[in-house]
Amino acid sequence: MQSSRLQKNCRFIVLLLFAILLLLPLFLGISLSLSSSQSIAQGNLLPRHLEFSNYIKVFTNTPMANFLLHSLIVSGMVMVGQIVLSIMAAYAFVFLNFRFKKTLFILFLSTMMLPFEAQIIPNFATMRDLNLLNTYASIGLPFLASAFGTFMMKTSFEQVPIELKHLSDIEGLNHWQFATRVVIPYTKVNIITFALYSFLTNWNMYLWPLIATTNNNVRTVQIGLRQLRSQDTASNWGLIMAATIVSVIPTLLIIFLGQKYFKKGLTNGVIK
Amino acid sequence: MTKTRSAQTSHQNLLALLLLLPSLIILGIFIFYPMIKTFYLSTQLTNLLGNPIKFIGLKNFVNLMQSDSFSTSFTITLIFVLFSTILTLFISYIMAIVASQKMKGIAIFRTMFSSTMGVSVTVASILWLFMFNPQIGLFSKILTTLHLPQINWLSDPTWSLIAIIGTTVWMNLGFAFLVLLGAIQAIPQDLYQVADLDGASWWLRLRKITMPATRSTIFFVTVVTLINAFQTFGQVDILTSGGPDYHTNLLVYAIYQDAFVNHSVGRASAQSVILTLIIMLFTIIQFYVKNKREGRNAK
Repeated sequence: MQSSRLQKNCRFIVLLLFAILLLLPLFLGISLSLSSSQSIAQGNLLPRHLEFSNYIKVFTNTPMANFLLHSLIVSGMVMVGQIVLSIMAAYAFVFLNFRFKKTLFILFLSTMMLPFEAQIIPNFATMRDLNLLNTYASIGLPFLASAFGTFMMKTSFEQVPIELKHLSDIEGLNHWQFATRVVIPYTKVNIITFALYSFLTNWNMYLWPLIATTNNNVRTVQIGLRQLRSQDTASNWGLIMAATIVSVIPTLLIIFLGQKYFKKGLTNGVIK
Repeated sequence: MTKTRSAQTSHQNLLALLLLLPSLIILGIFIFYPMIKTFYLSTQLTNLLGNPIKFIGLKNFVNLMQSDSFSTSFTITLIFVLFSTILTLFISYIMAIVASQKMKGIAIFRTMFSSTMGVSVTVASILWLFMFNPQIGLFSKILTTLHLPQINWLSDPTWSLIAIIGTTVWMNLGFAFLVLLGAIQAIPQDLYQVADLDGASWWLRLRKITMPATRSTIFFVTVVTLINAFQTFGQVDILTSGGPDYHTNLLVYAIYQDAFVNHSVGRASAQSVILTLIIMLFTIIQFYVKNKREGRNAK
Protein backbone atom coordinates (compact mmCIF):
# COMPACT_ATOMS: atom_id res chain seq x y z
CA MET A 1 0.00 0.00 0.00
CA GLN A 2 1.37 3.40 -0.95
CA SER A 3 0.54 5.75 1.82
CA SER A 4 2.06 9.17 1.81
CA ARG A 5 3.64 10.84 4.76
CA LEU A 6 0.69 13.22 4.92
CA GLN A 7 -1.74 10.32 5.18
CA LYS A 8 0.32 8.79 7.97
CA ASN A 9 0.37 12.03 9.92
CA CYS A 10 -3.39 12.44 9.47
CA ARG A 11 -3.97 8.96 10.79
CA PHE A 12 -1.78 9.66 13.80
CA ILE A 13 -3.73 12.83 14.57
CA VAL A 14 -7.04 10.98 14.35
CA LEU A 15 -5.71 8.28 16.68
CA LEU A 16 -4.53 10.93 19.10
CA LEU A 17 -7.92 12.70 19.07
CA PHE A 18 -9.71 9.47 19.91
CA ALA A 19 -7.20 8.71 22.64
CA ILE A 20 -7.88 12.12 24.19
CA LEU A 21 -11.65 11.65 23.93
CA LEU A 22 -11.42 8.28 25.66
CA LEU A 23 -8.90 9.11 28.33
CA LEU A 24 -9.79 12.69 29.22
CA PRO A 25 -12.49 11.88 31.81
CA LEU A 26 -10.20 9.34 33.46
CA PHE A 27 -7.26 11.73 33.33
CA LEU A 28 -9.28 14.54 34.93
CA GLY A 29 -10.47 12.11 37.61
CA ILE A 30 -6.88 11.19 38.46
CA SER A 31 -5.88 14.85 38.36
CA LEU A 32 -8.62 15.86 40.83
CA SER A 33 -7.82 12.95 43.10
CA LEU A 34 -4.30 14.39 43.44
CA SER A 35 -5.50 17.96 44.08
CA SER A 36 -6.25 19.68 47.35
CA SER A 37 -9.82 20.86 48.02
CA GLN A 38 -8.74 24.51 47.80
CA SER A 39 -7.18 23.97 44.40
CA ILE A 40 -10.39 22.29 43.12
CA ALA A 41 -12.61 24.99 44.65
CA GLN A 42 -10.60 27.62 42.80
CA GLY A 43 -11.48 25.82 39.59
CA ASN A 44 -8.11 24.27 38.79
CA LEU A 45 -8.31 21.13 36.66
CA LEU A 46 -4.68 20.26 37.39
CA PRO A 47 -3.21 20.00 40.88
CA ARG A 48 -0.99 22.93 41.88
CA HIS A 49 1.17 20.47 43.77
CA LEU A 50 0.64 16.74 44.04
CA GLU A 51 -1.37 15.77 47.08
CA PHE A 52 -1.85 12.13 48.11
CA SER A 53 -3.97 12.86 51.17
CA ASN A 54 -7.21 12.02 49.32
CA TYR A 55 -6.05 8.44 48.85
CA ILE A 56 -5.15 8.15 52.50
CA LYS A 57 -8.54 9.58 53.50
CA VAL A 58 -10.33 7.05 51.27
CA PHE A 59 -8.94 4.29 53.48
CA THR A 60 -9.06 6.05 56.85
CA ASN A 61 -12.23 8.21 56.70
CA THR A 62 -14.53 6.07 54.55
CA PRO A 63 -15.49 2.37 54.57
CA MET A 64 -14.03 1.93 51.06
CA ALA A 65 -11.53 -0.72 52.19
CA ASN A 66 -14.45 -2.86 53.40
CA PHE A 67 -16.39 -2.22 50.22
CA LEU A 68 -13.39 -3.33 48.14
CA LEU A 69 -13.07 -6.50 50.19
CA HIS A 70 -16.80 -7.24 49.79
CA SER A 71 -16.55 -6.75 46.04
CA LEU A 72 -13.53 -9.03 45.87
CA ILE A 73 -15.33 -11.77 47.81
CA VAL A 74 -18.59 -11.55 45.83
CA SER A 75 -16.90 -11.24 42.43
CA GLY A 76 -14.53 -14.10 43.20
CA MET A 77 -17.28 -16.40 44.46
CA VAL A 78 -19.55 -15.71 41.54
CA MET A 79 -16.66 -16.16 39.10
CA VAL A 80 -15.74 -19.56 40.53
CA GLY A 81 -19.39 -20.60 40.63
CA GLN A 82 -20.00 -19.54 37.05
CA ILE A 83 -16.89 -21.33 35.78
CA VAL A 84 -17.68 -24.58 37.58
CA LEU A 85 -21.39 -24.66 36.73
CA SER A 86 -20.80 -23.57 33.12
CA ILE A 87 -18.15 -26.24 32.58
CA MET A 88 -20.41 -28.90 34.10
CA ALA A 89 -23.38 -27.96 31.96
CA ALA A 90 -21.34 -27.50 28.80
CA TYR A 91 -19.66 -30.89 29.31
CA ALA A 92 -23.07 -32.53 29.45
CA PHE A 93 -24.25 -30.76 26.30
CA VAL A 94 -21.14 -31.64 24.29
CA PHE A 95 -19.98 -35.07 25.48
CA LEU A 96 -23.10 -36.81 26.77
CA ASN A 97 -26.20 -38.14 25.13
CA PHE A 98 -29.31 -37.81 27.21
CA ARG A 99 -33.03 -37.30 26.93
CA PHE A 100 -34.41 -33.82 26.31
CA LYS A 101 -30.91 -32.57 25.44
CA LYS A 102 -32.15 -30.17 22.80
CA THR A 103 -35.06 -28.91 24.91
CA LEU A 104 -32.81 -28.31 27.89
CA PHE A 105 -30.28 -26.45 25.78
CA ILE A 106 -33.00 -24.19 24.38
CA LEU A 107 -34.16 -23.64 27.96
CA PHE A 108 -30.63 -22.49 28.87
CA LEU A 109 -30.39 -20.26 25.81
CA SER A 110 -33.80 -18.71 26.41
CA THR A 111 -32.60 -17.20 29.69
CA MET A 112 -30.33 -14.94 27.65
CA MET A 113 -33.35 -13.05 26.38
CA LEU A 114 -34.92 -12.54 29.79
CA PRO A 115 -33.54 -9.30 31.23
CA PHE A 116 -32.65 -9.54 34.92
CA GLU A 117 -33.80 -5.93 35.30
CA ALA A 118 -37.36 -7.08 34.69
CA GLN A 119 -37.16 -9.65 37.51
CA ILE A 120 -35.90 -7.57 40.39
CA ILE A 121 -39.25 -7.44 42.18
CA PRO A 122 -39.78 -11.20 42.73
CA ASN A 123 -36.05 -11.71 43.33
CA PHE A 124 -36.04 -9.09 46.04
CA ALA A 125 -39.06 -10.78 47.63
CA THR A 126 -37.31 -14.18 47.46
CA MET A 127 -34.21 -12.86 49.19
CA ARG A 128 -36.29 -11.07 51.81
CA ASP A 129 -38.35 -14.20 52.51
CA LEU A 130 -35.22 -16.36 52.75
CA ASN A 131 -33.80 -13.79 55.17
CA LEU A 132 -30.78 -13.36 52.94
CA LEU A 133 -30.79 -9.58 52.35
CA ASN A 134 -27.43 -8.00 53.28
CA THR A 135 -25.51 -11.26 52.83
CA TYR A 136 -23.00 -12.26 50.17
CA ALA A 137 -25.46 -14.93 49.08
CA SER A 138 -28.13 -12.36 48.26
CA ILE A 139 -25.78 -10.51 45.90
CA GLY A 140 -24.15 -13.52 44.28
CA LEU A 141 -26.62 -16.42 44.25
CA PRO A 142 -28.81 -15.27 41.31
CA PHE A 143 -25.75 -15.11 39.03
CA LEU A 144 -24.07 -18.43 39.83
CA ALA A 145 -25.53 -20.07 36.74
CA SER A 146 -24.65 -18.37 33.49
CA ALA A 147 -26.28 -19.19 30.17
CA PHE A 148 -23.70 -17.02 28.45
CA GLY A 149 -20.87 -18.95 30.14
CA THR A 150 -22.44 -22.30 29.34
CA PHE A 151 -22.81 -21.25 25.73
CA MET A 152 -19.23 -19.99 25.53
CA MET A 153 -17.85 -23.17 27.15
CA LYS A 154 -19.99 -25.35 24.89
CA THR A 155 -18.64 -23.59 21.80
CA SER A 156 -15.06 -24.11 22.93
CA PHE A 157 -15.58 -27.75 24.04
CA GLU A 158 -16.89 -28.48 20.55
CA GLN A 159 -13.45 -27.57 19.23
CA VAL A 160 -11.87 -30.47 21.12
CA PRO A 161 -11.05 -33.02 18.35
CA ILE A 162 -13.34 -36.03 18.46
CA GLU A 163 -10.25 -38.26 18.06
CA LEU A 164 -9.18 -37.24 21.57
CA LYS A 165 -12.47 -38.56 22.89
CA HIS A 166 -12.02 -41.85 21.02
CA LEU A 167 -8.46 -42.17 22.31
CA SER A 168 -9.59 -41.48 25.87
CA ASP A 169 -12.27 -44.16 25.54
CA ILE A 170 -9.66 -46.66 24.34
CA GLU A 171 -7.38 -45.69 27.22
CA GLY A 172 -10.30 -46.32 29.53
CA LEU A 173 -10.51 -42.77 30.90
CA ASN A 174 -13.75 -42.02 32.71
CA HIS A 175 -15.64 -38.74 32.29
CA TRP A 176 -13.92 -37.05 35.22
CA GLN A 177 -10.47 -37.98 33.88
CA PHE A 178 -11.37 -36.97 30.34
CA ALA A 179 -12.70 -33.62 31.55
CA THR A 180 -9.81 -32.74 33.84
CA ARG A 181 -6.94 -34.18 31.77
CA VAL A 182 -8.09 -33.43 28.23
CA VAL A 183 -11.02 -31.01 27.88
CA ILE A 184 -10.09 -28.39 30.46
CA PRO A 185 -6.37 -28.17 29.52
CA TYR A 186 -7.33 -28.08 25.83
CA THR A 187 -9.74 -25.15 26.30
CA LYS A 188 -7.72 -23.33 28.95
CA VAL A 189 -7.55 -20.08 26.98
CA ASN A 190 -11.33 -19.87 26.64
CA ILE A 191 -11.83 -20.67 30.31
CA ILE A 192 -9.41 -17.90 31.30
CA THR A 193 -11.21 -15.49 28.96
CA PHE A 194 -14.54 -16.33 30.55
CA ALA A 195 -13.06 -16.06 34.05
CA LEU A 196 -11.73 -12.56 33.36
CA TYR A 197 -14.98 -11.51 31.72
CA SER A 198 -17.00 -12.91 34.61
CA PHE A 199 -14.92 -11.17 37.28
CA LEU A 200 -15.16 -7.89 35.39
CA THR A 201 -18.94 -8.13 35.07
CA ASN A 202 -19.40 -9.10 38.72
CA TRP A 203 -17.14 -6.32 39.98
CA ASN A 204 -19.08 -3.76 37.95
CA MET A 205 -22.60 -4.94 38.85
CA TYR A 206 -24.82 -2.10 39.97
CA LEU A 207 -28.60 -2.51 40.09
CA TRP A 208 -28.86 -5.82 41.95
CA PRO A 209 -26.27 -5.11 44.69
CA LEU A 210 -28.06 -1.79 45.21
CA ILE A 211 -31.35 -3.58 45.82
CA ALA A 212 -29.95 -6.53 47.79
CA THR A 213 -28.09 -4.42 50.36
CA THR A 214 -29.64 -1.96 52.77
CA ASN A 215 -26.63 -1.45 55.06
CA ASN A 216 -22.84 -1.54 54.88
CA ASN A 217 -22.39 -5.19 55.99
CA VAL A 218 -21.66 -6.62 52.55
CA ARG A 219 -22.11 -3.54 50.38
CA THR A 220 -19.96 -3.64 47.24
CA VAL A 221 -17.62 -0.94 46.01
CA GLN A 222 -19.98 0.31 43.28
CA ILE A 223 -22.76 0.97 45.76
CA GLY A 224 -20.23 2.39 48.19
CA LEU A 225 -19.19 4.93 45.55
CA ARG A 226 -22.81 5.86 44.93
CA GLN A 227 -23.24 6.44 48.66
CA LEU A 228 -20.05 8.49 48.91
CA ARG A 229 -21.14 10.61 45.96
CA SER A 230 -24.55 11.39 47.45
CA GLN A 231 -22.96 12.41 50.77
CA ASP A 232 -19.94 14.26 49.57
CA THR A 233 -19.83 15.63 46.04
CA ALA A 234 -20.39 19.28 46.62
CA SER A 235 -17.64 19.54 49.16
CA ASN A 236 -15.15 16.90 48.26
CA TRP A 237 -14.43 16.06 44.64
CA GLY A 238 -10.87 15.04 45.44
CA LEU A 239 -11.97 12.31 47.84
CA ILE A 240 -14.71 11.03 45.50
CA MET A 241 -12.29 10.83 42.60
CA ALA A 242 -9.65 9.06 44.69
CA ALA A 243 -12.25 6.45 45.69
CA THR A 244 -13.38 6.17 42.07
CA ILE A 245 -9.83 5.62 40.81
CA VAL A 246 -9.13 3.02 43.50
CA SER A 247 -12.27 1.13 42.50
CA VAL A 248 -11.42 1.05 38.81
CA ILE A 249 -7.79 -0.13 39.11
CA PRO A 250 -8.61 -3.87 39.36
CA THR A 251 -10.81 -3.85 36.27
CA LEU A 252 -8.44 -1.71 34.22
CA LEU A 253 -5.66 -4.17 35.09
CA ILE A 254 -7.86 -7.01 33.87
CA ILE A 255 -8.53 -5.19 30.61
CA PHE A 256 -4.85 -4.43 30.00
CA LEU A 257 -3.65 -7.92 30.87
CA GLY A 258 -6.53 -9.72 29.20
CA GLN A 259 -6.94 -7.63 26.06
CA LYS A 260 -5.64 -10.39 23.79
CA TYR A 261 -7.94 -12.97 25.35
CA PHE A 262 -10.94 -10.70 25.10
CA LYS A 263 -10.47 -9.88 21.46
CA LYS A 264 -10.08 -13.53 20.50
CA GLY A 265 -12.75 -14.80 22.83
CA LEU A 266 -15.34 -12.21 21.96
CA THR A 267 -14.86 -12.51 18.21
CA ASN A 268 -14.49 -16.30 17.94
CA GLY A 269 -16.28 -17.73 20.93
CA VAL A 270 -19.39 -15.65 20.99
CA ILE A 271 -20.14 -14.45 17.54
CA LYS A 272 -19.40 -17.58 15.55
CA MET B 1 -25.30 -55.77 23.81
CA THR B 2 -28.65 -53.98 23.95
CA LYS B 3 -28.60 -54.32 27.68
CA THR B 4 -25.19 -52.68 28.10
CA ARG B 5 -26.16 -49.93 25.72
CA SER B 6 -29.34 -49.13 27.63
CA ALA B 7 -27.35 -49.27 30.87
CA GLN B 8 -24.89 -46.85 29.35
CA THR B 9 -27.72 -44.59 28.21
CA SER B 10 -29.32 -44.44 31.62
CA HIS B 11 -25.88 -43.83 33.12
CA GLN B 12 -25.43 -40.89 30.76
CA ASN B 13 -28.92 -39.61 31.56
CA LEU B 14 -28.12 -39.66 35.26
CA LEU B 15 -24.72 -38.01 34.83
CA ALA B 16 -26.18 -35.29 32.58
CA LEU B 17 -28.88 -34.63 35.16
CA LEU B 18 -26.29 -34.25 37.90
CA LEU B 19 -24.19 -31.90 35.78
CA LEU B 20 -27.13 -29.73 34.73
CA LEU B 21 -29.06 -29.72 37.99
CA PRO B 22 -27.13 -26.95 39.80
CA SER B 23 -27.54 -24.56 36.87
CA LEU B 24 -31.18 -25.55 36.38
CA ILE B 25 -31.99 -24.90 40.05
CA ILE B 26 -30.39 -21.43 39.96
CA LEU B 27 -32.00 -20.51 36.64
CA GLY B 28 -35.32 -21.84 37.89
CA ILE B 29 -35.37 -19.88 41.14
CA PHE B 30 -33.83 -16.63 39.92
CA ILE B 31 -34.93 -16.37 36.28
CA PHE B 32 -37.88 -18.57 35.31
CA TYR B 33 -39.87 -18.25 38.52
CA PRO B 34 -39.42 -14.43 38.72
CA MET B 35 -40.41 -14.09 35.08
CA ILE B 36 -43.66 -15.97 35.62
CA LYS B 37 -44.26 -14.09 38.86
CA THR B 38 -43.67 -10.74 37.12
CA PHE B 39 -46.20 -11.60 34.41
CA TYR B 40 -48.64 -12.65 37.14
CA LEU B 41 -48.10 -9.48 39.21
CA SER B 42 -48.63 -7.33 36.12
CA THR B 43 -52.26 -8.50 36.07
CA GLN B 44 -52.85 -7.75 39.74
CA LEU B 45 -53.85 -4.83 41.85
CA THR B 46 -51.16 -4.72 44.56
CA ASN B 47 -51.02 -3.15 48.01
CA LEU B 48 -48.21 -1.06 49.47
CA LEU B 49 -46.38 -4.20 50.61
CA GLY B 50 -46.36 -5.42 47.02
CA ASN B 51 -48.82 -8.23 47.67
CA PRO B 52 -51.48 -8.98 45.05
CA ILE B 53 -55.03 -8.09 46.09
CA LYS B 54 -57.16 -8.68 43.07
CA PHE B 55 -56.97 -9.77 39.43
CA ILE B 56 -57.51 -6.77 37.17
CA GLY B 57 -56.52 -8.18 33.77
CA LEU B 58 -54.74 -5.69 31.56
CA LYS B 59 -55.77 -2.68 33.65
CA ASN B 60 -52.16 -1.96 34.69
CA PHE B 61 -51.17 -1.80 31.02
CA VAL B 62 -54.14 0.40 30.12
CA ASN B 63 -53.24 2.74 32.97
CA LEU B 64 -49.66 2.90 31.73
CA MET B 65 -50.78 3.80 28.21
CA GLN B 66 -52.86 6.64 29.62
CA SER B 67 -50.16 7.91 31.96
CA ASP B 68 -48.13 10.94 30.93
CA SER B 69 -45.08 9.92 32.92
CA PHE B 70 -44.98 6.52 31.20
CA SER B 71 -45.37 7.93 27.73
CA THR B 72 -42.55 10.39 28.47
CA SER B 73 -40.30 7.69 29.83
CA PHE B 74 -41.09 5.28 26.98
CA THR B 75 -40.49 7.89 24.26
CA ILE B 76 -37.29 8.98 25.95
CA THR B 77 -36.11 5.39 26.24
CA LEU B 78 -36.58 4.93 22.48
CA ILE B 79 -34.73 8.16 21.66
CA PHE B 80 -31.96 7.21 24.07
CA VAL B 81 -31.60 3.69 22.63
CA LEU B 82 -31.58 4.95 19.05
CA PHE B 83 -28.98 7.68 19.51
CA SER B 84 -26.70 5.86 21.90
CA THR B 85 -26.60 2.82 19.60
CA ILE B 86 -25.97 4.76 16.39
CA LEU B 87 -23.27 6.91 17.96
CA THR B 88 -21.56 3.95 19.62
CA LEU B 89 -21.45 2.04 16.34
CA PHE B 90 -20.34 4.98 14.25
CA ILE B 91 -17.53 6.15 16.53
CA SER B 92 -16.25 2.69 17.45
CA TYR B 93 -16.17 1.65 13.79
CA ILE B 94 -14.02 4.63 12.84
CA MET B 95 -11.79 3.87 15.81
CA ALA B 96 -11.48 0.23 14.74
CA ILE B 97 -10.61 1.23 11.16
CA VAL B 98 -7.87 3.68 12.11
CA ALA B 99 -6.52 1.31 14.76
CA SER B 100 -6.51 -1.73 12.44
CA GLN B 101 -3.71 -0.33 10.28
CA LYS B 102 -0.19 -1.33 11.16
CA MET B 103 2.08 1.37 12.48
CA LYS B 104 4.55 1.97 15.26
CA GLY B 105 2.97 2.20 18.69
CA ILE B 106 -0.47 1.08 17.52
CA ALA B 107 -0.70 -1.47 20.36
CA ILE B 108 -0.74 1.37 22.89
CA PHE B 109 -3.63 3.04 21.08
CA ARG B 110 -5.55 -0.23 20.92
CA THR B 111 -5.15 -0.70 24.66
CA MET B 112 -6.27 2.87 25.36
CA PHE B 113 -9.27 2.50 23.04
CA SER B 114 -10.51 -0.64 24.74
CA SER B 115 -9.99 0.74 28.26
CA THR B 116 -13.58 1.87 28.87
CA MET B 117 -14.62 -1.78 28.72
CA GLY B 118 -13.27 -2.11 32.25
CA VAL B 119 -15.01 1.00 33.54
CA SER B 120 -18.13 0.39 35.63
CA VAL B 121 -21.28 2.41 35.22
CA THR B 122 -20.64 4.05 38.59
CA VAL B 123 -17.13 5.13 37.67
CA ALA B 124 -18.20 6.39 34.24
CA SER B 125 -21.07 8.36 35.74
CA ILE B 126 -18.97 9.95 38.48
CA LEU B 127 -16.23 10.93 36.01
CA TRP B 128 -18.80 12.52 33.70
CA LEU B 129 -20.67 14.06 36.63
CA PHE B 130 -17.58 16.19 37.05
CA MET B 131 -17.31 16.94 33.32
CA PHE B 132 -20.89 18.26 33.43
CA ASN B 133 -20.52 20.20 36.68
CA PRO B 134 -21.92 23.71 36.03
CA GLN B 135 -19.35 25.51 38.22
CA ILE B 136 -16.02 23.76 37.85
CA GLY B 137 -16.61 21.09 35.18
CA LEU B 138 -14.70 20.85 31.92
CA PHE B 139 -17.63 21.80 29.67
CA SER B 140 -18.46 24.90 31.66
CA LYS B 141 -14.79 25.92 31.36
CA ILE B 142 -14.90 25.45 27.60
CA LEU B 143 -18.12 27.47 27.30
CA THR B 144 -16.63 30.26 29.41
CA THR B 145 -13.50 30.35 27.28
CA LEU B 146 -15.61 30.59 24.13
CA HIS B 147 -17.81 33.31 25.72
CA LEU B 148 -20.89 31.14 25.30
CA PRO B 149 -23.80 31.03 27.76
CA GLN B 150 -23.59 28.31 30.42
CA ILE B 151 -25.65 25.16 30.07
CA ASN B 152 -27.20 23.37 33.03
CA TRP B 153 -26.28 19.99 31.61
CA LEU B 154 -27.98 17.81 34.18
CA SER B 155 -31.03 19.91 35.05
CA ASP B 156 -32.11 20.99 31.57
CA PRO B 157 -34.75 18.67 30.01
CA THR B 158 -32.97 18.30 26.65
CA TRP B 159 -29.33 18.54 27.69
CA SER B 160 -29.73 16.03 30.52
CA LEU B 161 -30.69 13.29 28.05
CA ILE B 162 -27.80 14.29 25.80
CA ALA B 163 -25.49 14.11 28.82
CA ILE B 164 -26.69 10.59 29.60
CA ILE B 165 -26.32 9.54 25.97
CA GLY B 166 -22.76 10.94 25.93
CA THR B 167 -21.77 9.10 29.09
CA THR B 168 -23.29 5.86 27.79
CA VAL B 169 -21.60 6.08 24.39
CA TRP B 170 -18.25 6.73 26.08
CA MET B 171 -18.75 3.65 28.25
CA ASN B 172 -19.79 1.48 25.29
CA LEU B 173 -16.86 2.38 23.04
CA GLY B 174 -14.31 -0.01 24.57
CA PHE B 175 -16.28 -3.19 23.99
CA ALA B 176 -17.63 -2.21 20.57
CA PHE B 177 -14.15 -1.16 19.43
CA LEU B 178 -12.52 -4.40 20.53
CA VAL B 179 -15.06 -6.64 18.80
CA LEU B 180 -15.06 -4.58 15.57
CA LEU B 181 -11.26 -4.44 15.54
CA GLY B 182 -11.14 -8.24 15.76
CA ALA B 183 -13.50 -8.51 12.80
CA ILE B 184 -11.57 -6.01 10.65
CA GLN B 185 -8.27 -7.72 11.39
CA ALA B 186 -9.76 -11.06 10.35
CA ILE B 187 -10.38 -9.84 6.78
CA PRO B 188 -7.95 -11.64 4.41
CA GLN B 189 -5.24 -9.19 3.29
CA ASP B 190 -5.26 -10.41 -0.34
CA LEU B 191 -8.68 -8.79 -0.82
CA TYR B 192 -7.03 -5.41 -0.22
CA GLN B 193 -4.05 -6.23 -2.42
CA VAL B 194 -6.33 -6.80 -5.39
CA ALA B 195 -8.04 -3.50 -4.65
CA ASP B 196 -4.68 -1.73 -4.45
CA LEU B 197 -3.71 -3.08 -7.87
CA ASP B 198 -6.93 -1.68 -9.25
CA GLY B 199 -6.09 1.65 -7.65
CA ALA B 200 -9.27 1.69 -5.55
CA SER B 201 -9.65 4.71 -3.29
CA TRP B 202 -9.75 4.51 0.50
CA TRP B 203 -13.50 5.12 0.50
CA LEU B 204 -14.17 2.51 -2.17
CA ARG B 205 -12.16 -0.11 -0.28
CA LEU B 206 -14.10 0.69 2.89
CA ARG B 207 -17.46 0.40 1.12
CA LYS B 208 -16.70 -2.62 -1.07
CA ILE B 209 -14.44 -4.71 1.15
CA THR B 210 -14.28 -3.71 4.82
CA MET B 211 -17.96 -3.03 5.44
CA PRO B 212 -19.38 -6.12 3.67
CA ALA B 213 -16.77 -8.37 5.33
CA THR B 214 -17.66 -7.10 8.81
CA ARG B 215 -21.42 -6.90 8.31
CA SER B 216 -22.29 -9.74 10.66
CA THR B 217 -20.11 -8.30 13.42
CA ILE B 218 -21.64 -4.84 12.96
CA PHE B 219 -25.04 -6.47 13.32
CA PHE B 220 -23.95 -8.35 16.44
CA VAL B 221 -22.54 -5.22 18.10
CA THR B 222 -25.67 -3.25 17.17
CA VAL B 223 -28.01 -5.74 18.80
CA VAL B 224 -25.87 -6.09 21.93
CA THR B 225 -25.61 -2.30 22.29
CA LEU B 226 -29.32 -1.90 21.68
CA ILE B 227 -30.26 -4.50 24.29
CA ASN B 228 -27.86 -2.98 26.84
CA ALA B 229 -29.29 0.46 26.14
CA PHE B 230 -32.80 -0.72 26.99
CA GLN B 231 -31.41 -1.99 30.32
CA THR B 232 -29.71 1.29 31.26
CA PHE B 233 -30.03 2.19 34.93
CA GLY B 234 -26.86 3.36 36.68
CA GLN B 235 -26.14 6.43 34.56
CA VAL B 236 -29.62 7.78 35.29
CA ASP B 237 -29.42 6.91 38.98
CA ILE B 238 -26.13 8.78 39.47
CA LEU B 239 -26.37 11.65 36.99
CA THR B 240 -29.99 12.84 37.06
CA SER B 241 -32.20 10.55 39.19
CA GLY B 242 -34.62 10.47 36.28
CA GLY B 243 -35.18 14.22 36.25
CA PRO B 244 -35.82 16.95 35.44
CA ASP B 245 -39.53 16.18 35.40
CA TYR B 246 -39.14 12.57 34.11
CA HIS B 247 -37.05 13.72 31.13
CA THR B 248 -34.36 11.10 31.75
CA ASN B 249 -36.65 8.54 33.36
CA LEU B 250 -35.51 5.54 31.30
CA LEU B 251 -37.58 2.36 31.48
CA VAL B 252 -35.49 0.41 34.02
CA TYR B 253 -35.16 3.47 36.24
CA ALA B 254 -38.95 3.89 36.10
CA ILE B 255 -39.38 0.22 37.10
CA TYR B 256 -36.99 0.65 40.02
CA GLN B 257 -38.71 3.83 41.20
CA ASP B 258 -42.19 2.35 40.93
CA ALA B 259 -41.22 -0.89 42.66
CA PHE B 260 -38.91 0.30 45.44
CA VAL B 261 -39.79 3.95 46.01
CA ASN B 262 -43.47 4.39 45.04
CA HIS B 263 -44.39 0.84 46.12
CA SER B 264 -46.61 0.36 43.12
CA VAL B 265 -45.60 -3.17 42.23
CA GLY B 266 -48.38 -3.86 39.73
CA ARG B 267 -47.37 -0.90 37.62
CA ALA B 268 -43.66 -1.76 37.90
CA SER B 269 -44.41 -5.35 36.86
CA ALA B 270 -46.38 -4.21 33.82
CA GLN B 271 -43.39 -2.13 32.74
CA SER B 272 -41.11 -5.12 33.39
CA VAL B 273 -43.27 -7.20 31.06
CA ILE B 274 -42.95 -4.56 28.36
CA LEU B 275 -39.16 -4.52 28.82
CA THR B 276 -39.02 -8.32 28.62
CA LEU B 277 -41.04 -8.38 25.40
CA ILE B 278 -38.78 -5.77 23.78
CA ILE B 279 -35.59 -7.63 24.69
CA MET B 280 -37.12 -10.94 23.54
CA LEU B 281 -38.01 -9.41 20.21
CA PHE B 282 -34.48 -8.20 19.52
CA THR B 283 -32.87 -11.44 20.72
CA ILE B 284 -35.15 -13.48 18.45
CA ILE B 285 -34.35 -11.22 15.49
CA GLN B 286 -30.66 -11.74 16.20
CA PHE B 287 -30.98 -15.53 16.35
CA TYR B 288 -33.06 -15.56 13.21
CA VAL B 289 -30.62 -13.43 11.20
CA LYS B 290 -27.65 -15.44 12.48
CA ASN B 291 -29.22 -18.78 11.55
CA LYS B 292 -30.24 -17.53 8.15
CA ARG B 293 -26.71 -16.36 7.45
CA GLU B 294 -25.18 -19.61 8.71
CA GLY B 295 -27.63 -21.59 6.59
CA ARG B 296 -26.60 -19.59 3.54
CA ASN B 297 -22.90 -20.01 4.28
CA ALA B 298 -23.35 -23.77 4.70
CA LYS B 299 -24.69 -24.00 1.15
